[in-house]
Amino acid sequence: MTKLVAMTGIEKRFPGVHALKNVQFDLHSGEVHALMGENGAGKSTLMKILSGVYTRDGGTVVIDGFDTAPDSPRAAQEMGIGIIHQELSLMNDLTAAQNVFIGREPRRRFGRLDEPALNRQTAEIFASMKLDMDPRAQVGDQTIARQQLIEIAKALSYKPRVLIMDEPTAALNDVEIAELFEVIRRLKADGVGIIYISHKMDEIKRIADRVTVMRDGAWIDTLDAAQTPLAKIIELMVGREVKDEPPVIPDTSGAQTALEVRGLRRGREIHDVSFSVKKGEILGFAGLMGAGRTEIARIIFGADPRDGGDILVHGQPCNIRSPYDAVGAGIGYLSEDRKHFGLALDMTVRANIAMAAMGKFTSKTGVLDEAAMKQTADGFIAQLGIRTPSDMQDVGLLSGGNQQKVVIAKWLLRDCDILIFDEPTRGIDVGAKSEIYRLLEDLAAQGRAIIVISSELPEVMRLSHRIAVMCEGRLTGILPGGADTTQEQIMELATRREAAPVGE
Amino acid sequence: MTTLTTDPTQTFASKLLGAFMHQRLLAFASLIVLLIVFSLASPNFMQTSNMIAILQATSVNGVLAIAATLVIITGGIDLSVGTMMTFCAVMAGVVLTKAGLPMPLGIVAAIGAGAFCGLCSGTFVAKLKIPPFIATLGMMLILKGLSLVISGTRPIYFNDTPGFDQISRGSLIGEVLPFLPIPNGVLILFLVAGAASYVLSRTVLGRYCFALGSNEEAVRLSGVNTDRWKIAIYALSGAIVGIGGLLIASRLNSAQPALGLGYELEAIAAVVIGGTSLSGGRGTIIGTLIGALIMAVLTNGLRVLQVAQEWQTVVTGAIIILAVYADMMRRNKSN
Ligand SMILES: Nc1ncnc2c1ncn2[C@@H]1O[C@H](COP(=O)(O)OP(=O)(O)OP(=O)(O)O)[C@@H](O)[C@H]1O
Ligand SMILES: [Mg+2]
Repeated sequence: MTKLVAMTGIEKRFPGVHALKNVQFDLHSGEVHALMGENGAGKSTLMKILSGVYTRDGGTVVIDGFDTAPDSPRAAQEMGIGIIHQELSLMNDLTAAQNVFIGREPRRRFGRLDEPALNRQTAEIFASMKLDMDPRAQVGDQTIARQQLIEIAKALSYKPRVLIMDEPTAALNDVEIAELFEVIRRLKADGVGIIYISHKMDEIKRIADRVTVMRDGAWIDTLDAAQTPLAKIIELMVGREVKDEPPVIPDTSGAQTALEVRGLRRGREIHDVSFSVKKGEILGFAGLMGAGRTEIARIIFGADPRDGGDILVHGQPCNIRSPYDAVGAGIGYLSEDRKHFGLALDMTVRANIAMAAMGKFTSKTGVLDEAAMKQTADGFIAQLGIRTPSDMQDVGLLSGGNQQKVVIAKWLLRDCDILIFDEPTRGIDVGAKSEIYRLLEDLAAQGRAIIVISSELPEVMRLSHRIAVMCEGRLTGILPGGADTTQEQIMELATRREAAPVGE
Repeated sequence: MTTLTTDPTQTFASKLLGAFMHQRLLAFASLIVLLIVFSLASPNFMQTSNMIAILQATSVNGVLAIAATLVIITGGIDLSVGTMMTFCAVMAGVVLTKAGLPMPLGIVAAIGAGAFCGLCSGTFVAKLKIPPFIATLGMMLILKGLSLVISGTRPIYFNDTPGFDQISRGSLIGEVLPFLPIPNGVLILFLVAGAASYVLSRTVLGRYCFALGSNEEAVRLSGVNTDRWKIAIYALSGAIVGIGGLLIASRLNSAQPALGLGYELEAIAAVVIGGTSLSGGRGTIIGTLIGALIMAVLTNGLRVLQVAQEWQTVVTGAIIILAVYADMMRRNKSN
């Protein structure tokens, strides 16, 4: 096999961070090479060097046997290196097709655009991905999952020989992931080399040929995927053994109901949803993408208006009309889209953590107590293991998973009785995931009511004391948590398209 | 977030309502309403001569607003269009009156000066990473000063260039259709609008206008030379301002170096009323044109009704706030 890419001795420093230390990496044509590591290990940084976004401080990048590192995204494209970035980077005001071909739009003379050709070529790429989408659809109107698929289509449109996928499946459901893997297999057969980054460990076994593990900016090992047990890979990533026990479901039969929802309705998206969560309970929400789970959370949180239904907090009817009301009633919501709704990326870790609880740090005269804010921020940085040079680092400069931890810290500080976590571990590594699970369990044990929305079934099953399943805006059933409930039972409810009586 | 984008079950009525709420149509409807109200209030309003006066009054602001629209769609702002217009007029005066060169060279000088100023603003913004607000604020003052220096603070008249005043005041249409004496200035406005519209919707330059305003970093990561395109957009915008400079110089048959300040705000107001988002990524030329017309109709109508000048300004301000509020409402509805 020919080596498409060979990187050796790569060095990269950011102010206060030694992000890459003498890292090596290589890629053959026709292989899927998984790049694994904890949040902040340096995976994205390494790939940004390969794709011309960052310039390296040291080391060599050999592509096709030539010692030429791309010095710009454009140069990388011309060398046949395509990348799907971890953070969605699309232009929301443009259509899908316009996004896919940005920078290379089919032209007529005098810089005129050939819109029909643009839409036709995009439709062809969508078809090859079995993606049912109008090329003229506005990107901003699409769900995150579909935006991710557009991003993938964009990378494919370059007809790359090296394709970097930085957490492409973070927002996809199982069917979409299967489709994507089909595309990957076809690319492999055509001799494309694929670098695959993901925190979903099971995907490694399904798709990868080789695995390179990084930790703290350093190369640890490169292994054969088929022959290495997952536990071994995880151990290399984390530097210690990770144990993940099944949930111990507490007896909450005597506990008070913290949140009750009756007959919630909103347009065509939510039909007559009723459920309740007790203090100390973790209620998981399972369902396919677009089943309406996020919508329910947003309605309860007052972010979207409801057409009908009652929300009772601690048994009292509560007229929640805005997130301000919700927070006042002790409800917190961690959005699934942290970049847009969860964080102020240009502000520091400290400011972001304090954001939702400014009142705690404000003196009578309205002056902020920076010392107390620092202390609190440092506490969370230690507790959640947020990897940042200091609490004064801009959140936008943290790795994806660490940004998510900052969001969690922010809401933990707010000290709400009822916490809704929407995809809390999206883009979070295995080690941190089990930390977050433990954290959620601690919160429940302290008497808080927790709602967890997750598209990863193992996560829902690992965490939930009860599992609510939704399909097309309806609650199709509530299953008990624990080992007795199977994935099949959940999937059956998640795909039950007729309205069904709700069991408790 | 809703996940449905197109919904076949949506009724025709709700679609119509949705379309109506679209800012452009809303602006258009407001324009019609204004026209009706004023014509009911005063018989003088609807006369052809008054209509033409309104169009003539729109021409300069309209052209400047179109220039501003391009920059605003990229997520920038241009505070220098007013004084740049004057600078371009002065440059035409230098070439035509002071140097005594033939008229086409004066036209080239005005448009070229505008393009060059735009090129400078664009370079400051793209290469030196100066925020557009600051870069164009600086340009605004620089050009105001330069206009005064070059002209020696005195107006430059175009009496030696026969036909110069015809650029704006003559009427090619009127020669063919005597009953419709639409001045050339208005014709030029519509030609510029048509051309800008075409560039925005059909060319690569236009595509990058929207793309930059939508997510600049994403465009850069897609391998587009964002700096170069941004500079090109500012330069094109400047060239259009140059046309505006010609229009005003021709209408006054002179370059008035003290003029210009305040025009940029009128232009931005027209853009905003027309539904272009100040945060970039969305906007249309037709909207801007309607925005400029609304402002001219308002000014004219209130004058016909003999409302005091001071109150006209108050009303214009209120209209801007109303227009943007309507736009916000619409956007909240759509997501
Ligand atoms: N532009 C930047 N400026 C400063 N620090 C940065 C920058 N980009 C990345 N870093 C830091 O470099 C380190 C590596 O980050 P990187 O994004 O490569 O991690 P990652 O392995 O992709 O993590 P994740 O799995 O969370 O996406 C982190 O500590 C991060 O905070
Ligand atoms: Mg990353």
